[in-house]
Amino acid sequence: MEYEGVIGLEVHAELKTETKLFCGCSTEFGAEPNTQTCPVCLGLPGVLPVLNEKALQYTVKAGLALGCEISAFSKFDRKNYFYPDLPKDFQISQYDKPLCEGGALEFFCDGERRKVGLIRVHLEEEAGKLIHFPDGESGVDFNRVGIPLMEVVSKPEIHTPDEAYFYLLGLKRLLEYLEISDCNMEEGSLRCDANASVRPRGQEKLETQTEIKNMNSFSGVRKALAYEIQRQIEVLESGGRIVRETRRWDPDAQKTLPMRSKEWAHDYRYFPEPDLVPVVLEKAWIDEVRATIPELPDARRERFIQEYGLSQYDSGVLTSQKAYADYYEECTRLHSNYKALCNWLMGGVLRELNERKIGIGELPISPKMLSDMVRMIDEGKITSNIAKTVFAEMAETGKAPERIVEEKGLSPITDAGEIEHVVEEVIEKNPKPVRDYRSGKEKVIGFLVGQVMKAAGGKADARLVSKILREKLKE
Amino acid sequence: MKEITIEDVEYAARLAKLDLSEEERKSMTSQLRDILGYVAKLSELDTDDVEPTAHVLPIKNVWRPDERQKSLNQEEVLKIAPKAHEGQIRVPRVLE
Repeated sequence: MEYEGVIGLEVHAELKTETKLFCGCSTEFGAEPNTQTCPVCLGLPGVLPVLNEKALQYTVKAGLALGCEISAFSKFDRKNYFYPDLPKDFQISQYDKPLCEGGALEFFCDGERRKVGLIRVHLEEEAGKLIHFPDGESGVDFNRVGIPLMEVVSKPEIHTPDEAYFYLLGLKRLLEYLEISDCNMEEGSLRCDANASVRPRGQEKLETQTEIKNMNSFSGVRKALAYEIQRQIEVLESGGRIVRETRRWDPDAQKTLPMRSKEWAHDYRYFPEPDLVPVVLEKAWIDEVRATIPELPDARRERFIQEYGLSQYDSGVLTSQKAYADYYEECTRLHSNYKALCNWLMGGVLRELNERKIGIGELPISPKMLSDMVRMIDEGKITSNIAKTVFAEMAETGKAPERIVEEKGLSPITDAGEIEHVVEEVIEKNPKPVRDYRSGKEKVIGFLVGQVMKAAGGKADARLVSKILREKLKE
Repeated sequence: MKEITIEDVEYAARLAKLDLSEEERKSMTSQLRDILGYVAKLSELDTDDVEPTAHVLPIKNVWRPDERQKSLNQEEVLKIAPKAHEGQIRVPRVLE
């Protein structure tokens, strides 16, 4: 029988606010443990949480960008469970009245446009961080507790691990464009849980699903889902039944394994949070948030094709990160050779970033430096060949291209006399190719031009070299 | 409404991590039964045209600007923890 996977994703993104969701403690990553806490986030008796307006704005901003309906009435609820990373023994979350409902995420998977519907987007607070020690104890750091966490829940409309992977990339790109989350999986600011089931292809009804946790990277999500779907198919094929359970992805074993949760551990006894009042958003407030939404990735990608004449592929890469697209547009404002700028960005800049494993903001080459360099090529002030040297030097030292050319003497040799001199030397040193050329093997000219360029340290103008060489060879 | 049984009390106690004696379980069952029976009187009211109450106060939209306030220092925090080591609060390991 042919089976089809049915996958829903729950993505948690820490919002980039200065302070926590319900108190003024800093959200900065990497501080000494337990130095960013207060009576509110520690859940000490008698304190009152107060909602951070920025977190509310960010969640609504995401909701609007995802085409959700922004709820006219929203509230917070307590989700009750015991775990050492949760000082209050409950998490403030949203149960039946989330901030945003519906909507969809559009993305490309294998070159095809896909659209996955969303159930909801809501706001809740982060838990603390646990570190397990071999002595049988765990260390708790409450710095993270109370950081605003936005949860985006998809409908079970994803069918393959690849689709799940591209959904995540698309969502990450959107949140980065909206500048509401760092989306850093390593620092844990973006996390993903999944539910997965399989059904015979063509069947409408959903079968029993399992929940999969502990997938710590995008490729981890793809691998875990591939494993889990295959596992479920094998269970069904061998006449077994799928048990509704939570499974943990073990990246070392490359397997999902059942977690030891007891069935009653999932009774969270939600009830309305009595310390927070309802959120009733007015149209004017929502419109203000809407006005902060920048041009979104898909629109920008199309515009780059139209406005700068870029290919689908180039445009897709340049808009894959807001920072790349911003960098490119800054260059286009300074110089109008859009295609050449694109080529240098795709080939030079992105390769440099990959090799050094850094972000574009950390590269010493500013958009001004890159566009100045491309202008110098266009104006014949340096050859394309020399530009590679200039580029490498800029990446290394952060010096302006004009200065590098001046300091290293990289200006092209445009003096015919000087080139003639080099040409004569090359003719003298290469009697055989010269004889071949003179006896009619025209192709040899390429080799000879190359020799002259080499002798001139790449600084000679190739057209001029070719012209002088042909003249000299006639003699 | 379904009457409270001793199993319900055991279930609630387990969720709340309460260790109740046989005697406590029995007395809780009858006490809870009385309390819920008393509150059940409310179901006699017709609430079809009443909006569900999310909060008892007639207030909405209370929020604050995203501005930092002073946090407690580490020493103060660790002082109220049962056990601490190298800046972290130490707890028995919870497996999973």
